[in-house]
Amino acid sequence: MNTSANSGAKNIVQIEKAGMSFDTKNGRFIALRDIDLNISEGEFVSLIGHSGCGKSTLLNLIAGLTLPTDGVLLCDGREIGGPGPERAVVFQNHSLLPWMTCHENVYLAVERVFGTKERKSKLKERVDAALAMVHMDHAAQKYPHEISGGMKQRIGIARAFAMEPKILLMDEPFGALDALTRASLQDELNGVMAKTGATVVMVTHDVDEAVLLSDRIVMMTNGPAATIGEILEVNLPRPRDRLALAHDPVFAEKRAALLDFLYKKQLKKAA
Amino acid sequence: MTAMALPTGNQGMNVAPATAGAVNDVATKAVNQNVDNTTVETKAEAVVQQNKKPWGSRVTEMMKSVIKAVVPPIFGLGLLVGIWALISIKGGSIPGPVPVFKQAVVLFSDPFYSNGPNDQGIGWNILSSLQRVGIGFGLAAIIGIPLGFLLGRFKFMNSMFDPLISLLRPVSPLAWLPIGLLVFKQADPAATWTIFICSIWPMIINTAVGVQRVPQDYMNVARVLNLSEWKIATKILLPSVLPYMLTGIRLSIGTAWLVIVAAEMLTGGVGIGFWVWDEWNNLKVENIIIAIFVIGIVGLMLEQALLFIAKRFTYE
Repeated sequence: MNTSANSGAKNIVQIEKAGMSFDTKNGRFIALRDIDLNISEGEFVSLIGHSGCGKSTLLNLIAGLTLPTDGVLLCDGREIGGPGPERAVVFQNHSLLPWMTCHENVYLAVERVFGTKERKSKLKERVDAALAMVHMDHAAQKYPHEISGGMKQRIGIARAFAMEPKILLMDEPFGALDALTRASLQDELNGVMAKTGATVVMVTHDVDEAVLLSDRIVMMTNGPAATIGEILEVNLPRPRDRLALAHDPVFAEKRAALLDFLYKKQLKKAA
Repeated sequence: MTAMALPTGNQGMNVAPATAGAVNDVATKAVNQNVDNTTVETKAEAVVQQNKKPWGSRVTEMMKSVIKAVVPPIFGLGLLVGIWALISIKGGSIPGPVPVFKQAVVLFSDPFYSNGPNDQGIGWNILSSLQRVGIGFGLAAIIGIPLGFLLGRFKFMNSMFDPLISLLRPVSPLAWLPIGLLVFKQADPAATWTIFICSIWPMIINTAVGVQRVPQDYMNVARVLNLSEWKIATKILLPSVLPYMLTGIRLSIGTAWLVIVAAEMLTGGVGIGFWVWDEWNNLKVENIIIAIFVIGIVGLMLEQALLFIAKRFTYE
């Protein structure tokens, strides 16, 4: 069940029996248990579930921002012992440094990854290319507070891609945006993925977004002690077109399967 | 023709990003490309209309905004002077605005004379007070800001110094003056020492709070990028603490300016505080009132200068 979609490609992330628990005042709180998941190169995996199901916790484990209390996570065959630039993160609230221009924000990341090997002009070229990829080259010299929320998130994505990470981790990257901006950014991301063939893990609570972007959708059960409930393969051909897919029976079927899991099997009791 | 087309093309590109946000908002209500065009058009029309407006009406508009900004403060000042004039008529011993103004003209016509240490121009008095504040305050910044960083970064240091700060901060700075006199055996460094003591607390506390409040998001960025300690300090900690630090500095300099007058009254020498006391002994009440205004104006200028600097380093 947990084998990767195309067994030909090598596994870039391996998660074995991973669990996460916190010590609280009221004793031990188990957030995640028994997570087994392999992610292969070039794959787009979405983590979906109700809020509080630990999907962000799982993403943070892969990022290395938190370390598991049980089990082990491997990236490229090596144990994940902390965060690192080969696992770039796109944060939900963009997390651009407000005292730097968009260009400087991306440059900070590029300099860290390539600064020892490449000259300054080459680094600047990389920044320009990353900004152009998300169509933000016109805002390079603007400060984050001068641009809209959707634009900030584009810069956040450009920063992550510019690092040429082995894997890109996105924590509800479009969650704070309005529906139309979100759609245009999803299309943007689809385009970037097609160009770069990146491996992506994305946390989302948006069913359409998950089906539109993913190769596989990992559905998580409700917490506490959340784990992987089901995994849905989305074998829709790429490139995917939002409008065409709206009438695609396979798309509708995948969507229904997700909704069925989220609202029938894992219906959250009203708090 | 091409010369014409080029600038308009650029203009169009400049408009696009600026309106993109607004367009997104509008578009949520009506999904239509036309909406985009109409908003841009109406904006363009508005711009044209503004340019078409006759010169006269634009001037009157500017005048209106200037009047709005200037008139209320003038009323405030007028009220103050009015009450003062009334009191001077009724009270007798307090000089009214007119004699004080005449005396001020005399004083400021020669602010930098010097007839020995006890008789110097008001300019010298202000400058020597500012110098004391500058030295005491500067020393407090040199010690207070790094200490604040340490307290904010390390919990142990915070727990260690917290009781000390809580105990010493409420003490009136003037209570430290005798200790200063005892240690330094001179009036001048004792006054500086008093300034040092009163300005150090806001700087320590605000810097420490600033360090503790560096958003976790920024630290996560630093962790994902694996930035070096030096880069974290210069690119993330310092810029995000700076607004807090500047608030601390502003509070400190305000207190320091309050305290210097009192300290100088006690220590003597040259300085605006001493000058006030000296004029009291000479029973020149006009000069005391002038000194009150001077102290107020200098304090205001210090505050405004720091607010200006703080604005430069505030983001969002």
